[in-house]
Amino acid sequence: MDLSELNQIKERELAARKKYTLRCCMAAGCMSSNAESVKEELEKAVTEAGLGQEVEVRGVGCMRLCCEGPLVQADPDGILFEQVDPDAAKSIIAALKGGKAKARLGNPQSPFFTQQKSIVLANSGIVDPERIESYIAADGYQALYHVLRELDPNEVVTEMVTSGLRGRGGAGFPVGLKWGTVAKSPGAKKYVVCNADEGDPGAFMDRSVLESDPHAILEGMAIAAFAVGADQGFIYARAEYPLAIDRLKKAIKQAKAKGLLGAGIFDSPFNFTVDIRIGAGAFVCGEETALMMSIEGRRGTPRPRPPFPAESGLWGCPTLINNVETLANVAPIIRNGGEWFAGIGTEKSKGTKVFALAGKIKNTGLIEVPMGTPLRTIVEEMGGGAPDGGTIKAVQTGGPSGGCIPAHSLDTPVDYESLGKLGSIMGSGGMIVMDQDTNMVDVARFFMEFCMDESCGKCIPCRAGTVQMHHLLDKIMDRKATARDLQKLEELCDMVKSTSLCGLGQTAPNPTLSTLRFFRNEYEERLQPDVFGPRGNGKPAKTKASA
Amino acid sequence: MAAITLTIDDKQVSAEDSQSVLSIAQEQGIAIPTLCHLEGVYDVGACRLCLVEVAGVNKLLPACTTKATEGMVVRTDTERLRKYRKITLELLFAERNHVCAICVANGHCELQTMAYNQGMDHVRYDYCFPKWDMDLTHERFGMDHNRCILCARCVRACWHIEGAGTKNVAGRGARSHIITDMFQPWGEAESCTSCGKCVMACPTGALFERGSTTGEMQRDRTTLEFIVTAREKKQWIA
Amino acid sequence: MDRLRVATIWFGGCSGCHMSFLDLDEFLIDLAAKIEIVFSPVVDTKEYPAAVDVCLIEGALCNEENVEWLKIIRERTRVLVAFGDCAVTGNVPTMRNALGLNNDVNVLDRAYRECADNNQGIPNEAGIVPTLLKRVIPLHEVVHVDLFLPGCPPPAGRIKSLLVQVLEGQSPVLEGANIKFG
Repeated sequence: MDLSELNQIKERELAARKKYTLRCCMAAGCMSSNAESVKEELEKAVTEAGLGQEVEVRGVGCMRLCCEGPLVQADPDGILFEQVDPDAAKSIIAALKGGKAKARLGNPQSPFFTQQKSIVLANSGIVDPERIESYIAADGYQALYHVLRELDPNEVVTEMVTSGLRGRGGAGFPVGLKWGTVAKSPGAKKYVVCNADEGDPGAFMDRSVLESDPHAILEGMAIAAFAVGADQGFIYARAEYPLAIDRLKKAIKQAKAKGLLGAGIFDSPFNFTVDIRIGAGAFVCGEETALMMSIEGRRGTPRPRPPFPAESGLWGCPTLINNVETLANVAPIIRNGGEWFAGIGTEKSKGTKVFALAGKIKNTGLIEVPMGTPLRTIVEEMGGGAPDGGTIKAVQTGGPSGGCIPAHSLDTPVDYESLGKLGSIMGSGGMIVMDQDTNMVDVARFFMEFCMDESCGKCIPCRAGTVQMHHLLDKIMDRKATARDLQKLEELCDMVKSTSLCGLGQTAPNPTLSTLRFFRNEYEERLQPDVFGPRGNGKPAKTKASA
Repeated sequence: MAAITLTIDDKQVSAEDSQSVLSIAQEQGIAIPTLCHLEGVYDVGACRLCLVEVAGVNKLLPACTTKATEGMVVRTDTERLRKYRKITLELLFAERNHVCAICVANGHCELQTMAYNQGMDHVRYDYCFPKWDMDLTHERFGMDHNRCILCARCVRACWHIEGAGTKNVAGRGARSHIITDMFQPWGEAESCTSCGKCVMACPTGALFERGSTTGEMQRDRTTLEFIVTAREKKQWIA
Repeated sequence: MDRLRVATIWFGGCSGCHMSFLDLDEFLIDLAAKIEIVFSPVVDTKEYPAAVDVCLIEGALCNEENVEWLKIIRERTRVLVAFGDCAVTGNVPTMRNALGLNNDVNVLDRAYRECADNNQGIPNEAGIVPTLLKRVIPLHEVVHVDLFLPGCPPPAGRIKSLLVQVLEGQSPVLEGANIKFG
């Protein structure tokens, strides 16, 4: 494969475009509401209407407004059909010629769509994730060619540093710095790992990216491998994402067949192969050291860092681990330059961030917005606020490691620092909206239960501490706790946060701490008087009224 | 290998740069509490009792897996650390059924000793009282999950000293437990060489030699009967 | 000087801690000059008196009667001591807890039905036979406990050490092996 062949594929693909294209969402969300039949019926209807030369029915990735699926969008006019029934297929085809479609019309000009800025999701809903030609037509693998033939590894790292991209897995570590460290780590064998073990409740950004644009990940990994000097990559995906895994497998096969993975890519001395490793359903395997243990075939438990994977990772070799969304940013950064990327977002948080909007909100789905977008814009304008005339009480970001941001702080811009100041984190991108009926103690208990179930059991604070914190939260919920119990809970939060071995335990108290910070009254109103406590000494404690 | 100088609890000490903070402290007679550390097997930093404060590092670091560096300033016994250590022990006692009074290891237990050394006179958390069984299928050794603290010293001794790889950890979170082979009864675990290294490694009464539990005390009354009968019938006189 | 008003009681325990108390031997004579036993299994009083200075409580909380008594004791006592492992940790009596949700019913079933030769049946007389708790618990899960004296039983020397400190008006501190369980 060389550049002219790549461009040939692109031109052939573009030349084959038809007058009308019906893009059908074939991501997990829409497929769970019968999108496959919709696509089949549309294809049948096209054939029956004899419009095979004029209309292309294309399966694409996520079209974002998941709550209104199955979604179909008709080009060139961009007419959006929502909740499409397979029976409406004929009428939709007829509508292309001016008829009336028996499907709900969506509004592509609503803020949900217009406020988005697509880098990671640029191909999502546009290209056919199962055909490499479709990706190449969208300038796919051009960045890889540029890197392999026109840059040296150092320049690639510099470009990433310039871009200011930070890790999208949650912690926000500067990507360029990480790449540079792995590149400098001595070792003949190095690895690149894509962390696709997305596990936060309510988060589905990485799944959508993998289902919608798998080649972007492969291209990002190959560029990363060239930059750090690796020749083997692993994608660690959770088994609960069968569609993503299936599309990745197809993508790898196609890329290999085209010579875009394997030996001597683009006639350069660079070799790179990618293998998929499937997780067995443990949340903790999203933690990088546990993930590597799992790839090595061992029990997925974290180990203390340092040494960091950049120095000693898979089988003791320097290893670069990046999250799916991080890698999806790589090719666009190389194509457009680090400066371009650094021009988007805020001073310390560059680029865009993908969020999975869920919970008590009208428009559930996937959004990509520039860093620094106020939460209010996301939740009220794009998300459409709480359904059924409800009011928004809080927004949870960062999943079980994050916190709840109260409604009065909705003007906070979404960036790493601002969310951190509010006791939450950017996290991987789960955003759960809560309305006035949500009990915040219950929210804290839910996330604590999640961490308790997902603790690997290796270190004591996380294994036994989460059990006790959950028990105390249970007691508070059941109105059986006293002020002493609340004090014990707070003490345990501090202890588990400070002493746990890995990020899972260190962040497990966060949802509790943040709800305690902003909704303390909800805890306190459930407390019982401590009649037999230390100060009461048997006598019922004096209340304010009697004192 | 280079010589370095560091400060541990206001004491200037010299050491080799390959040494862990824990090993240097031990050489200097500075006691840092540990449960998952065991001389002879590699460290995993799991029990979190040996956490120390290092100046300039905002996280607490496990002394067992932290390599000493030049100029490091370490504190091993601050009020904060003492508080966390006590909570760790309370969590362990509340987690499983540690009934010291009737435990085979009573008086010889690292957990029990650690608890009173750290000033733990009661457990403030509600006990969990989980249901755990005992494995008494091995002819020489027994395993009581009620007393296990999951330090995995037995697992490491089995893999890295004996090289048998019989012991492992299964399950996760509070339901983690030590297993033999592929979760078979110990007595049927073919890889077990019955070397007993796991029993030697165990800090509590979770692994023990058969016959040492109160329930297993067997007394051979027939011997008494034999002696009495023999004496009465003067059977030892030829 | 007024003698210190001391009470002792046992809940779910084996009375071993009280036996250990008697092991104080000749110190008991010194003690008699300084304390007055106002309530105890060895004193024939039916009602827990008011204004007790110190109460040593042996045993875990196993039934509703234990809990009722404990609350009365807490109300009328200045210094409440969890006396021995059962009171401090629950110890042996808690072993039934691990048998699961219906452990309270199951233990009675086992004792009064399965193993009984005559008159099989679970004793059940409202107001006379106290109901078992679902879960045996240590004292401090219900009331505030001022001092913990672990041991199964606490050796006489350990009891003496605590009592001497109380008699001297200090707030007692037990350290090292003096707080060893078991």
